[in-house]
Amino acid sequence: MSAAVSVNNIIKTYGKKKAIVTALQDISFEVKPGELFGIIGPDGAGKTSLFRILTTLLLADSGTATVDGFDVVKDYKEIRKRVGYMPGRFSLYQDLSVQENLEFFATIFNTSIDENYDLIKDIYRQIEPFKDRKAGKLSGGMKQKLALSCALIHRPSVLFLDEPTTGVDAVSRKEFWEMLKRLKQQGITILVSTPYMDEASLCDRVVLMQDGHVLSINTPQQIVNNFGKPLWAARAGNMLHLLNDLKQSEAVDNAYPSGTYHHVVLKDGYDEKFLLQKIKENNNELEIKQIQPDIEDCFMKLMR
Amino acid sequence: MKKRFPFISQLDASRYFEVYRNLHSYNEIETAFRKGTIKMAVVLPNHFAEDLQHFNKVQVQLIADASDPNFANTVSNYATSIIMDYKNRITDEKKLPYTISTDIRMLYNPQMKGAYNFVPGVMAMVLLLVCTMMTAITIVREKEIGTMEVILVSPMKPQLVVFAKAVPYLLLSVINIASILLLSVFVLEVPINGNIFLLVFESILFTLVSLSLGLLISAGVDSQQTAMFISLIALFLPTIMLSGFMFPIENMPLPLRTISNIVPAKWYYIIVRSVMIKGVGLKDVWKETLILAGMMTFFLTVAVKRFKIRLA
Repeated sequence: MSAAVSVNNIIKTYGKKKAIVTALQDISFEVKPGELFGIIGPDGAGKTSLFRILTTLLLADSGTATVDGFDVVKDYKEIRKRVGYMPGRFSLYQDLSVQENLEFFATIFNTSIDENYDLIKDIYRQIEPFKDRKAGKLSGGMKQKLALSCALIHRPSVLFLDEPTTGVDAVSRKEFWEMLKRLKQQGITILVSTPYMDEASLCDRVVLMQDGHVLSINTPQQIVNNFGKPLWAARAGNMLHLLNDLKQSEAVDNAYPSGTYHHVVLKDGYDEKFLLQKIKENNNELEIKQIQPDIEDCFMKLMR
Repeated sequence: MKKRFPFISQLDASRYFEVYRNLHSYNEIETAFRKGTIKMAVVLPNHFAEDLQHFNKVQVQLIADASDPNFANTVSNYATSIIMDYKNRITDEKKLPYTISTDIRMLYNPQMKGAYNFVPGVMAMVLLLVCTMMTAITIVREKEIGTMEVILVSPMKPQLVVFAKAVPYLLLSVINIASILLLSVFVLEVPINGNIFLLVFESILFTLVSLSLGLLISAGVDSQQTAMFISLIALFLPTIMLSGFMFPIENMPLPLRTISNIVPAKWYYIIVRSVMIKGVGLKDVWKETLILAGMMTFFLTVAVKRFKIRLA
């Protein structure tokens, strides 16, 4: 079976001659049917532009893309019938109630709530107690659940979720990802973008993006495996001082703060003993240990 | 060809009047007024010359179209002074105390009520205000709050989006029309002389023109402020200035008169005055009706065409 989504050499720029901003620089990737595909990148990486091109809302400067086998430019009408799209910004009618919003979106997709209730029931059940509340008065997490229900109401074959967990609390984020996993089991291809690196491991495959470039496309496990070098975590009494010392050391390739530790990558030919020797007299309570890299570490490495 | 009374020639010669035609009965006067081709009729008695010579006095009747009271007033004053001027000239020649008195009749609005003038004008203004301004911001608002993004990624056709946006405001306008008419009849005591259904039909037609104009603005701009600004500057001022409601269009210089033709309110104002005050039927306003219908079709087509199927 052919790819659910394929992107070939997409370039997108904004602005005119004088101030051209390149949002997407020659992006290509493929998403297999039924895959939970993550697009990971910091703000401004081009995630939203990419989603808008794939949902036929924007035209790329060059390159082609297909969704569910249809060209995003030529067959935009077909695509609009069969994809679900949840924009990064809450885009439902704030002055309609939860139920009214759902009914509205069911109507514009020529379907009814009953027809696809089984698909959304897990999600919708959680907000059903508030179904007469105005959508604008819902909490952040509930808004996202409603938006997801609305995006699913016509049983789309491909679901685009643009930063669905941004601004949502940790518990709701976890719930949200569990919902996505259940949807995946229903055979829906899901493209989800997120700036949170820790969510990457929840995807089948991810593309890491930075400033409109693709850094890496692989399974989260493979990306971690490709890190290739030992990673060290260091801490000391004065963390700021330690970071400065690490950055100035000739043995250190890269050092950056991460949680309660500083992560350190050493240059080839140096080992941690050499580093310890160098910095221990200036740093009390110094502790250094080897750790497993995660996606964020890979991202930091790829970014350089 | 036509034998003219000397002072009729004098009226014709002045730059304020143009003699349209000689009429021979009161019925013809009525028809000419209804068609809107004449603003004033001058009625001369039989044996005008004999009366003047034998009795030294004669009465001339001036009938003015007072559906626009200001205009009627001006017209009859000008005519009276021209007739007086003529009288003075012949009296000088003949050394005789001739008197020509004028009897002015204000047709359609004998009490010279201002309301007869401003009710049609206010109707045009209110309908334009509600319909154009409100609809101008409706599509833009969806763009601003982001709901348009979701609506676009759906099978909804642009026509459907545009029409659906117009319907609530159309209903609102029907209520508006009804309340203006009720107020004007019962509070301002302006009668509806023509067919009320025709009046309502024409008002709905004008509403549709305003709605489509609003949708056209809305489809083309990106922020509510721009939409408001365009509807205010590009629509409101011309409507006040060039619809004939504030200033008679006939008195304007040619460029403004030409521009006034593209102001929808001008045609609606003519229709309402004709139907409501003069009581004419569709056969006398079909031309204006057709112009409004044409404008509506044009605006609506362009609005649907300009509706962006993508975000940028």
